[in-house]
Amino acid sequence: MSWSLLFFLLVGAVSLAAALGVVTSRQPVHSALFLLTNFATLAVLYITLDAQFLAAAQVIVYAGGIVILILFVIMLIGGDTNDFSAAQRAWSRTVGMALGIILLLVISYSALSRMMAPSEDTAALLQGGTPEAVGIELFTKYILPFELVALLLLVALIGALVLGRQQEGASEGIPSVKANE
Amino acid sequence: MDTALLFDNAVVLLPELVLAVGVMVLMMVDIGRRGQNGSQLLAGLSVAILLLGIGASVMIWGRAPVEYLDGAISDGFALSVRLVILIAGVLGVLLSRNWFPAIERQGGAFYSLHLLAVIGMMLMGTATNLIVLFIALEIFSLALYILSGFYRENARSIEAAMKYFLLGAFASTFFVYGCALLYGAGGSSKFTQIHETLATGGGNPSLVLPGIALLLVGFGFKVSLVPFHMWTPDVYQGAPTPVTAFMSVGTKAAAFAGFFRLMMTALPSFHDQWAMPLAILAVLTMTVGNLTALRQSSVKRMLAYSGIAHAGNILIALVAGTAAASSAAAFYLFAYAFMNIGAFTVTIALERQYGNENDVEQSRLAGAAERFPVLAAAMAIFMLSLSGIPPLAGFFGKFLVFKAAVEAGWAWLVVIGVLNSAVSAYYYLRIVVAMYFQQPEQAGDEKEQPFVPASRSSVFVVVVSVLAVVVIGLQPGLWADLLRGLGQ
Repeated sequence: MSWSLLFFLLVGAVSLAAALGVVTSRQPVHSALFLLTNFATLAVLYITLDAQFLAAAQVIVYAGGIVILILFVIMLIGGDTNDFSAAQRAWSRTVGMALGIILLLVISYSALSRMMAPSEDTAALLQGGTPEAVGIELFTKYILPFELVALLLLVALIGALVLGRQQEGASEGIPSVKANE
Repeated sequence: MDTALLFDNAVVLLPELVLAVGVMVLMMVDIGRRGQNGSQLLAGLSVAILLLGIGASVMIWGRAPVEYLDGAISDGFALSVRLVILIAGVLGVLLSRNWFPAIERQGGAFYSLHLLAVIGMMLMGTATNLIVLFIALEIFSLALYILSGFYRENARSIEAAMKYFLLGAFASTFFVYGCALLYGAGGSSKFTQIHETLATGGGNPSLVLPGIALLLVGFGFKVSLVPFHMWTPDVYQGAPTPVTAFMSVGTKAAAFAGFFRLMMTALPSFHDQWAMPLAILAVLTMTVGNLTALRQSSVKRMLAYSGIAHAGNILIALVAGTAAASSAAAFYLFAYAFMNIGAFTVTIALERQYGNENDVEQSRLAGAAERFPVLAAAMAIFMLSLSGIPPLAGFFGKFLVFKAAVEAGWAWLVVIGVLNSAVSAYYYLRIVVAMYFQQPEQAGDEKEQPFVPASRSSVFVVVVSVLAVVVIGLQPGLWADLLRGLGQ
């Protein structure tokens, strides 16, 4: 057994354990922290596959952005674990498991059928993950979507300004409350 | 790829580029404006930008279709849909002018978002690539979420924005998952490439049907097909009426354009599998939409359910899946733009009469013809056109769609469509009857109220819409030739 395989198994095991932790832990904050672990170990796996750019994006976007956002929301609205009745919980668990198993089967079927007949040169595919390769793809083949995302961000920016701006007259308190005083 | 490729065929996106530059100019002007009158200037500027966009579309009309950077195409269908969306955009801006105080304060933001929504919608019709399609969908959806909540003094408007945003974000996740599965199935994000791979027996065909099912949820939400229509009445009622008028037409045109192009260029070889589920959805959408519209007391909610029913009619064209059917759908959307925006404009004018409640109850329409003869006459024309009474635009829209469906062998679906039209005539005509043949209940109070003249720009919109509905109805051949379908 080579060292790289041992490393992969070790990181993969941590990743799987963290993923299980996300769905089984009762505290939402614990789930979020398990999610963080899962994202971090995935990033490590990406690096072992020579996909440095994806690993960096994984850490910055998912671990840095999304998990922090999730934690913010949990802390702001409070992690109440009793939102659902036991019946609803059981129902959603059954459906979730069924869908998850279906997804697992479809993905493993696809992956295994590829593995049986390796047509592409894996070495060439592995070159695609460096920041340089991603950059070249992004600014040539995918330049149109890239520019359109700029428009999307502009919409989000204007929207945040509109929604975040204090309404005139509202800065001194709610009028009806003031009238009662 | 060298830089020359970046500019080759960039003319494909000329209207979008014109609008994008326009948005920048608009925001600069907004920074420099002084006082309250500035927002009139911004409205004028937005109309000018949109008219330039129409000019740009006319300029590239009739050229041989070319593709730009594997992501956008300028065929007849894309141009037809663009025209519908730009017209809806112009009329929407004209209606928003003077409508509510938030626009006076934040005119720059409102009109920029309006124009950005138009850009996103136009991109939906031109996209030939899953990534571009999804980003276009997000651009216009995000802009519309904010526009529907722009009337912040009104709790219903905020509720509408929140509901639309949460459900819309949920639908987007289905959509993007569907895109991912299709990419996995065809090994490419390009529609034509997906078709080639799958038609020659490559790829993972097992992923196609789950992909279609997920995409259907995303599209079905945007065009409000029946199991995914719950948001429509609440959002249409709560959003500022000018925004409702614009989005009811624009969203439908954009989402259907993307839906048509995806299904007909990427997955035509799976037509046998997806046609029947879509036909069932069309039946459900028409029937539930029409039957629920019968029970509405608010004019805006009634128009929302009528919009759902119309989405069902347009879906019939997609079920047929032929080139003729897609051009019929383009014609339908073109006619629908005028009659639906016209109906909402009259609603806006009536809202002003009845105290600016951002909605009108149908019971208040009794005897309206006596007090507002012009508005009532215009409303009658729009209602007759929406129900599909022969010499008007709406009739030919339905006629062309039904004809294309019969030719493709979907006669039973057309029979259900025609039966539904008969049901819909009841609630459209009920408004006409209320305006012309009923007496107001508390005649005294109503007469006391002073007459509030409609703004000049909404009078203009009503006149344009009435003329368009009549002219399209009298000369349908002319417009049917002009508006092209896919592969024509």
